[in-house]
Amino acid sequence: MTTDVALREPSQTADLGFRLRRAAQGRTLPILTVLTAIMVVWYLAAIGLNRDRAIDRLEDAGTTFGFTEVIGAAWSLERPVLPTPTQIAGNIWDSTVGVATSRYEDLPTAIGRFFGHRRSLVYHTWVTMASTLVGFALGTGLGILLAVGIVHVLTLERSLMPWVIASQTVPILAIAPMIVVVLGNAGLTGLWPKAVISAYLSFFPVTIGMVKGLRAADPLQRDLMRTYSATGSQVFWMLRWPSSISFLFPSLKIGVALSLVGAIVGELPTGAQAGLGARLLSGSYYGQMVSMWAALILSALLAMLLIAAVSLTEKLVIAARGGQP
Amino acid sequence: MAGPAALLRKTRPDLPVEPASADHPPAEHPVVDANGLSLVFPSPDGPVTALHDINLAIGRGDFVSLIGPSGCGKTTLLRVIADLAQPTGGTITVNGGTPDQARLDRSYGYVFQAPALYPWRTVIRNVELPHEIMGTARAERRAKAEAALDVVGLEGFARKFPWQLSGGMQQRVSIARALSFDPELLLMDEPFGALDEITRDTLNLHLNRLWADKHLTVIFVTHSIPEAAFLSSKIVVMSPRPGRIVEVIDNPLPRVRDLDLRETPEFLEIAHRVRVALRHGQSYE
Repeated sequence: MTTDVALREPSQTADLGFRLRRAAQGRTLPILTVLTAIMVVWYLAAIGLNRDRAIDRLEDAGTTFGFTEVIGAAWSLERPVLPTPTQIAGNIWDSTVGVATSRYEDLPTAIGRFFGHRRSLVYHTWVTMASTLVGFALGTGLGILLAVGIVHVLTLERSLMPWVIASQTVPILAIAPMIVVVLGNAGLTGLWPKAVISAYLSFFPVTIGMVKGLRAADPLQRDLMRTYSATGSQVFWMLRWPSSISFLFPSLKIGVALSLVGAIVGELPTGAQAGLGARLLSGSYYGQMVSMWAALILSALLAMLLIAAVSLTEKLVIAARGGQP
Repeated sequence: MAGPAALLRKTRPDLPVEPASADHPPAEHPVVDANGLSLVFPSPDGPVTALHDINLAIGRGDFVSLIGPSGCGKTTLLRVIADLAQPTGGTITVNGGTPDQARLDRSYGYVFQAPALYPWRTVIRNVELPHEIMGTARAERRAKAEAALDVVGLEGFARKFPWQLSGGMQQRVSIARALSFDPELLLMDEPFGALDEITRDTLNLHLNRLWADKHLTVIFVTHSIPEAAFLSSKIVVMSPRPGRIVEVIDNPLPRVRDLDLRETPEFLEIAHRVRVALRHGQSYE
């Protein structure tokens, strides 16, 4: 579709009908339509789910009320069953910009409070992102190493591959507390147990993708290397590795999303004071649905950011390799 | 250049087998010398004889075409010469030594059926690949690669990526890659099989000039009778089940050839003899 647009005359692009058609063909209009539908359903569901509490509150206040008052109350409860997007957005605003512009004395500057204050969602997001990134790096490294071993040593394929697959059938919620305890015993606390759990989830797609990728070179390309009497490491670096790159990035996109899941899950049994997982946990303790939803939205945004970063890297790498994936 | 008698030695008790030694520098040897060579590989339906009792000597400066129907073992023979496949019987020497040694010495360039270019490398970096593996200094390998691209007429395409080139151009890149490190022996496995006839004619002409100018030895696998007759100094006709040599035909046409040559009676006579030999090979079945 985009090439179509590029080929048209500039005068046509100014035409409103054309713009609408382009929006319909592109991604903007479908996304907006779905978003609108979600919002409508969400606000309606908020009325249905919060109605009882809203009526309770209005009755406590002792004034007479009608249907409009119930809707108004249902959308503005302090502890709703389902908070509205407006409330969630408000909570996110308060716990980011609001913290930065507050008068908390423990951190003197607005920037310091924005990124570093215990009440700032940006701070919690950063804490989770740090263990996600460390876990993602560890998992990717481990995943690639395992794949290299598996494609080069036949015994490793037979002995290791079943374990690699079995590792992912164990529920991470069961294994996470054990990792926390074992690493804690070894003196590793804070970021490290979370990073390890994160790596445990993210190495798997990388291994699977890279085993396939490192074998992707076609037989003629491999024969060619043999006619030059290339060494094993030359074959690896000049053929196997470059031909695996198009398999690496899709694996990394799955891997980075799993890393985030791992980091958040890792924050639950550690009783962590910081991180999106800790916010989710404390929100559920105190029935603070609004702050839980806010943490959830932030983790979704973080996932989008991380995947976008991987996609961007992929685009740059592909461009450097001549534009062919 | 080996004579026709030496080329096909069905029986050769009278010929002494010369060992490779300092007294006999490699130039004295045939470039390729196969005696009673056979290759049998197992398959679910029992052993398959890909090559049976191949006796063949190829002299320096020869352009030898291996022609025959599918399954006659012509590609397998080429792969044995290149040490990409291992014979199960008989002997073969390449440049007086084993194929393995010849491969380790990087004494041949191999052109495959498909260009087998590395899509993530530009044209020039594809041509530089053998030099990178052999550890040639950067400036020298760039110069050699540029020279090799000149030879195949692709000097303006060095910075392109393979997908930006047509099939014929890609195959020319792969020929440049094989030539870039100046091997004296060029092994070509149906290099123009996938190309249209017009491109094929052009590349045939190109290859003839290369062979004539650079004094290469070329072993060329093909399905095409006109192609074999146009390019070769010797045509080895092969036949399938088991893969064997039926006849070796000498081609007396001058080394430097033009496409018009294909209309002459001399050319048609050669093509006719190849066709008869191929039919003869078929009638064994």
